[in-house]
Amino acid sequence: MTAEPQFRRLVHFVSPADRGFATVVYAGSILFALLIIALFIMLVLGSWPSIVKFGPSFIWKSEWDPITSKFGALPMIYGTVATSFIAIALAAFVGIMAAVFLADFAPRWFATPLSFLIELLAAVPSVVYGLWGLFVLAPFVRTAIGPALQHVFGWLPIFAGPIYGVGLLTGGIILALMIVPTVTAISRDVIAAIPRDLREASASLGTTKWETATRVVLPAARVGIFGACVLALGRALGETIAVTMVIGNRPEISASLFAPSYTLASVIANEFTEATSSIYISALIELGLILFVVSMVVNALARLMIWSVRGSRA
Amino acid sequence: MTTLNGTRERRISKRDRSLGSRRLFASLGAALTLACAILAAASLLAILGYVVVQGIGAINWSFLTQLPAPVGVTGGGVGNGLLGMAIIIGIATAMAVPVGLLTGIYLALFGRGAIPEALRFLSDVLSGVPSIAIGLFAYAILVAPLKHFSGISASFAFMMLMLPLLVRTSEQAIRSVPQTVREGALALGMSNFRATMQIVIPTAMPAIITALLLAIARVTGETAPLLFTAFGSQFWETNPNNPMAVLALQVFNYAISPYPNWQAQAWGGALLLIVAVFILSLGARLMLRRAMRGLEA
Repeated sequence: MTAEPQFRRLVHFVSPADRGFATVVYAGSILFALLIIALFIMLVLGSWPSIVKFGPSFIWKSEWDPITSKFGALPMIYGTVATSFIAIALAAFVGIMAAVFLADFAPRWFATPLSFLIELLAAVPSVVYGLWGLFVLAPFVRTAIGPALQHVFGWLPIFAGPIYGVGLLTGGIILALMIVPTVTAISRDVIAAIPRDLREASASLGTTKWETATRVVLPAARVGIFGACVLALGRALGETIAVTMVIGNRPEISASLFAPSYTLASVIANEFTEATSSIYISALIELGLILFVVSMVVNALARLMIWSVRGSRA
Repeated sequence: MTTLNGTRERRISKRDRSLGSRRLFASLGAALTLACAILAAASLLAILGYVVVQGIGAINWSFLTQLPAPVGVTGGGVGNGLLGMAIIIGIATAMAVPVGLLTGIYLALFGRGAIPEALRFLSDVLSGVPSIAIGLFAYAILVAPLKHFSGISASFAFMMLMLPLLVRTSEQAIRSVPQTVREGALALGMSNFRATMQIVIPTAMPAIITALLLAIARVTGETAPLLFTAFGSQFWETNPNNPMAVLALQVFNYAISPYPNWQAQAWGGALLLIVAVFILSLGARLMLRRAMRGLEA
């Protein structure tokens, strides 16, 4: 156990209470670590029957049939990736530009309440977005957005086919709304952490504020901003309830963005309590394990990128 | 994007020769960022406004205090969901605070080296784990072995969701208490235990409470892990060993039901959730301000 030298000395010198105190603190930390390790182990144990039965082909098989107990995760992986990328494609530009505004353009009396508002919106529960998506956005996609896209881009396979309202596109739009606050809040922190010297040096060369922002500040912050987008992507990948309510819940891969689909998280949410056979439950837990591993990798990458710019681990 | 190098500078001078056009660009650019900020805030405010308009009509005294009505019967409420939410979050908080605070103290006092770094990494990993995966964990550890759904398993899932925030924030809060304060206490002959419990932690308390409020706000609207832990109930359930009703879960179930009466109640429940989350977030913000002032003084 590596301790800061002064503290360790004090622990040994002063009193038995200190030794007891140190023990309790260690115990709490060990419990915390054990809980996280147990999380991983329980997911692996729960999915073990499915891992043994289906092997690695679970990931690229596209059949999902509880009746014949044939399970493949590909449609859900496709749905998860597709909705998340739609979300980040829609949210990134708006989120980053809003961050530039908050960090560099807005006067302080305006930026502070607006930042607070956007942070508050990040706390709106997922089920509320889902409710709005189901009753407002899905009908709007069916009657307005969908037909308009089909009218212009109908020759592209991704905009072909019947429009149900619920589907990949609607799921992606809901996710975009949910991750804009994340992109904005973290990008703003990263941009604000770029040293003032850079901005002043740029201004002293006679650039306008916009030129400074787009050609000096954003390039300097780009790794951190990319990290913010990856972190938002991680949120989108694991988001469950809102997507479950608007994705259409059909384990199929279709080219069209209007087609109903499924995501890893939403199939677990929908089918877990109805799963009857143990292999069915095990397959669902394996989907959770895939989700866990993917989101862990995505999050680790995002944090490394954000730290590299912002320096601290705040 | 490119960095400041030769090609970039050449392009600046070629493209934007006149100062007038560069200024115009600057104004257009500023307008674009403003438009994006307003678009982000306004689209979200529009959603909230819609929830308020739809939900306000459903909220009345009986909605807050009664049990859900069966299909076809008008009226009924989410009283048991509110009660269940309070019990489940209360138990989750009682479990999360000791573990989170002790780990935070450990990281703040013994913060260097491989083991604390590994703990911080684990904590960050946990904060990125989707809540549905945490729900599966709670199911595997508390529901499957006991063979029944329960409020306590939901509390366990919520505890896991609260921990990363508590750990990292309490670490920072304790770290931000000046070393001189601790040394002053030790110089007066206090043991490290007493100095930490009676001087350092009380000084850091507003920041820790901020973190706690944010952690509670995070789980208040959480629905996914409840599906197969708390499960839901039609009764006034106060025993956390049994399946329990929770407001967020009721909103979800009512929303996907085909009955207009239930759908109207879903809007009312959604409004209650938003109000609860906002009050907690505002409280956290006020607490944070106090914490800053306390550290300056």
